[in-house]
Formats: sequence, C-alpha cells, structure tokens
Amino acid sequence: MFDVQKIRKDFPILNRKVNGKPLIYFDNAATSQTPQQVIDVIVDYYTNYNANIHRGVHSLSQEATDAYEQARIKIQKHFNAKQPYEIIYTAGTTHSINLVANGFTSLLQKGDEIIVSALEHHSNIVPWQMLCARTGAELKVIPMNEDGELILSDFDELLNKNTKLVFVNHISNALGTINPIEYIIEKAHSVGAAVLVDGAQSCPHLKPDVQALDVDFYVCSAHKICGPTGVGMLYGKEEWLNKLPPYQGGGEMIAEVTFEKTTYAGLPHKFEAGTPNICGGIAFGAALDYMNRIGFEQIAKYENELLAYGTEQLLKIEALKIYGTAKEKTSVISFNVGSIHPYDIGTILDKMGIAVRTGHHCAQPIMDFYKIPGTIRASFMFYNTKEEIDTFIVALKKAIMMLS
Amino acid sequence: MTIEEVQNEIIEEFSMFEDWEERYQYMIDLGKDLPLIEEKYKTEDNIIKGCQSRVWVHANMEDDKINFSADSDAIITKGIIAILIRVFSNQHPKAILDANTDFIDKIGLKEHLSPTRANGLVSMIKQLKMYAIAYQTQLS
Repeated sequence: MFDVQKIRKDFPILNRKVNGKPLIYFDNAATSQTPQQVIDVIVDYYTNYNANIHRGVHSLSQEATDAYEQARIKIQKHFNAKQPYEIIYTAGTTHSINLVANGFTSLLQKGDEIIVSALEHHSNIVPWQMLCARTGAELKVIPMNEDGELILSDFDELLNKNTKLVFVNHISNALGTINPIEYIIEKAHSVGAAVLVDGAQSCPHLKPDVQALDVDFYVCSAHKICGPTGVGMLYGKEEWLNKLPPYQGGGEMIAEVTFEKTTYAGLPHKFEAGTPNICGGIAFGAALDYMNRIGFEQIAKYENELLAYGTEQLLKIEALKIYGTAKEKTSVISFNVGSIHPYDIGTILDKMGIAVRTGHHCAQPIMDFYKIPGTIRASFMFYNTKEEIDTFIVALKKAIMMLS
Repeated sequence: MTIEEVQNEIIEEFSMFEDWEERYQYMIDLGKDLPLIEEKYKTEDNIIKGCQSRVWVHANMEDDKINFSADSDAIITKGIIAILIRVFSNQHPKAILDANTDFIDKIGLKEHLSPTRANGLVSMIKQLKMYAIAYQTQLS
C-alpha cells in the first residue's frame, strides 16, 4: 500500500523550513532527496568499516570490499545486467558518458557518423562533439516536434552504414519526454551502430531492463535515485566493454606493471582506476533497495497522478504555457507565464520556500527550438503531494501578481 | 553625493520595509522604472557573463565621471542593477574602484551575493568596476 505520509517521514530534509516557510522541494530532476535509510548506511560506513577496498588483507578492508561488491550486484540485478562486471562504478552520468566517448576515440574514423537527439542535456552533447573533433566523425541530430517528441521518420533517414553510435536520453531532463528507446535501439542495431542511453532522468521513475532493451550502454547517477552525489554507473555489454580501452590509468586497474609495459586488469577494474567512492557505491545499492521496497510500479502510478494534477492546476493560470507536451512523459513540468522571465518567478517562489529550477536546464538547444531564454521547471518525486502542488499554485499566482 | 551617501540613503529606504515582499516589490518597481539602455548598446559585447538572465551594461564618461545605463530581460535583475547604477553612476572612476558593497547585506539582498551560477550581482559589480578600471587608465 503506497502511503505518501509514511514515505515522507523517511526524508528528514522535508521537515525543514526555507525562508521561514515549510520547504516544498520540486527540483527533483536536478537531484533527489535522501531517505534516512540511505543516510544511515553512509553513517554506518564511516562509523564502522571505512577502509580501502580490494587490497587490504585486514578485516575492515574485507568488510568494505564485500559491501561495495554486494552493492554492485544489487545494481546489476536492478538493471538486469547479465554479469556484475558489466556494471562500472563511475562518478555519475557525465563521467560515464565521457568514459564511453573517450573509449570510442580509437574505434572511429573520418566518415563515421554519430547521432544524438535534439532533446539532449549538454552532458550528452559536448562529449560527442569532442569525440567528433578528435576523430573526424560527424555529428547528426534527430529533430523534435513542437510537443517535444523526437521525429522518428527523420531518425530513420539519418541512419546509414556509416552510423557507428547513437546517443539518446531515456527521458528528457528539460521537458520530461519519454523517448521510444526500444525503437531507436532496434533501428540503430539494424545498421550495426551501438547505442548509449542516458538514464539520468529515467532511473528515478522506472526500472530499465538492459537485456530486454538490448541496449549497448546505459548510464545513470545515484543522486537522482535517492542516493548520494558523486557516484553513478555505466552499464556496458561485456563485448563492448572489452573493446573499449581503459579511460584513466592508476592503481586498481592494472594486472601487472613494469616500467616497460603494463597489462590491464579485467572488467570491471579496467575502468575503475584509483580509490573509488566506496561509501557512495554502497549507498547507491541502499538507495536502490529503498526504491525497490516501495516499488517502481507504485512510484510511477503515484507520480503520474501528481503530473496530471499539477498540469491541470497550472493550465488554469492565464497565459501559462507548458513546454513539453509529449504523450509519453514523466513528472516534469516545464513552463513560462506570459513574458515574465523564469528567473523572476523562481526568485519569488524561493522566498516562499518553494524550490524549482529555472533557466535552460543545461539543454540550450531545446530552449533555442522554442525561442525562449529558459523555463521554470517543477519536477515531482514520489514523496511530493497534491497539497504541495496546491501551495505551489497559490505561491505562483502571488509571484505573477507581484511581477505583472 | 558620494557613493557612501547614496548607499546610506538606500539603506534608509530599505529599512522601512517590513518583510521580503515589500523589499521585492520595491525592487520590481525600481526595475520597471530603470531608464532603458539605448538599443544600439544591447550587443553581445555588453552582456554580462554569469547571469541567468541577460544583462547589458553600457558606460560612458563625461567630465571625469562615469555614467552607466543597463537593461535586463528579468525584472528583479533590473531592480538590482537599478540600485547599483544609482550607487555608482555619476562618480569618479577611482571612487567606484574604492567603494565597498557592504550595503547589499544591509538592505537584505545578501542572498544575491551567493556564488550560485544563476546569480548575477557579483558579476554585475565586477563589470561596473571593470569599466571604472578602464576609464581610470584613460585618465592617468
């Protein structure tokens, strides 16, 4: 039974006040809040078994190593990867993308083509531009329509025998559009291209099955899924991870080192140079446990209710325009009111204890498409409520009144 | 008036406000009243980097004193820059360079000094002082 009031008790931060008002946190697409169960795991790690992993023979090191590797298995099971070593711990989504983009440097040449979507976050555009600059490959873009949906017929036309890679986010951070990645993966594979899906925004709302999707790479960050910042993962099919060269050199990623030659360790260590974010990895596992206990079906169902309610209430406001009206979307509402600058509304809302994101959301191409400087983005998680939406609407009306 | 005198005048005005609403409403009104920059100066070169909203500033010097004009697409930002222009306009470059900006804290706008990326106030002050440095060099 999904009980939002019970769930809210797990999140101590939701009790705090901001500018004298109870916090209403609607910036979940930027980062999610952390439940006590995950905070406890972090405290327990530093209180009881903080040690470096994979090297010490002593007990603490073994306990830390076990917990870290157990968490990897939790992540593997969550995403249904075939092997635990197909899960590479990274510092987050951006790091994961850069790892893959870097690895493809030696696998691409002039004349090759890379496809990204018009809905991408800067972190899924810039690394590929840099890869193109290094290799001479060409970047193509799948355009979007006015609703913020990718135009798939254009994607079909972009695909050809030179297409080597396709990158697309599962869910757009700026608009909330859920992209038809099943279709994109199947089509890309039909011309022999590999596909990387950026799951930063999807993982808080749904449970991807990487084997069923047959995706080549899937990446995400723990901090969007009730975990800590600074840790994330790269899932890669074993065959692809073996093809990619190591990303960074250092300890942990080697088999043997002499000054003449170094041989690299196998997966996953080849990509995990140096002391990792051990506590972060363990807490990542705990965050997935927490979310799975609530259940992603329940989460999606409840968040869809919040989305429908929030959309309905917002559209009652005169001159309010929602950007991103895809049929398939998640609990993100990006909007503007008349000609009021989003920054002004965001500033006033903050004075009333409401956290929203304003600006271009690191997705300037999308803002350029709509010819706007940015939007106000309210993004909901399963611990938000309809009552919070009501308070938000009242505050928003007040902000509009002050600014008009 | 000296910069300090203008700052004290502003501090006194703001001390009459009882809460954030009155303060912000005043800034919004200041923003609406800000004399607009001439359209020809709203160029890429005159945009202040580091603001979430776009801010254009133009400066010119007359009788050894700098005058600023500015515009922004966000009204609260316009209000903030209207305050800054009131403080720094019609002043000698050296006075601008020597001025401190503690008054911002005293009028309850300290939050705009936080180093978040969205924030433009720090960049605005820096830009106004950059103009002062440039004109100061011309004078000496």
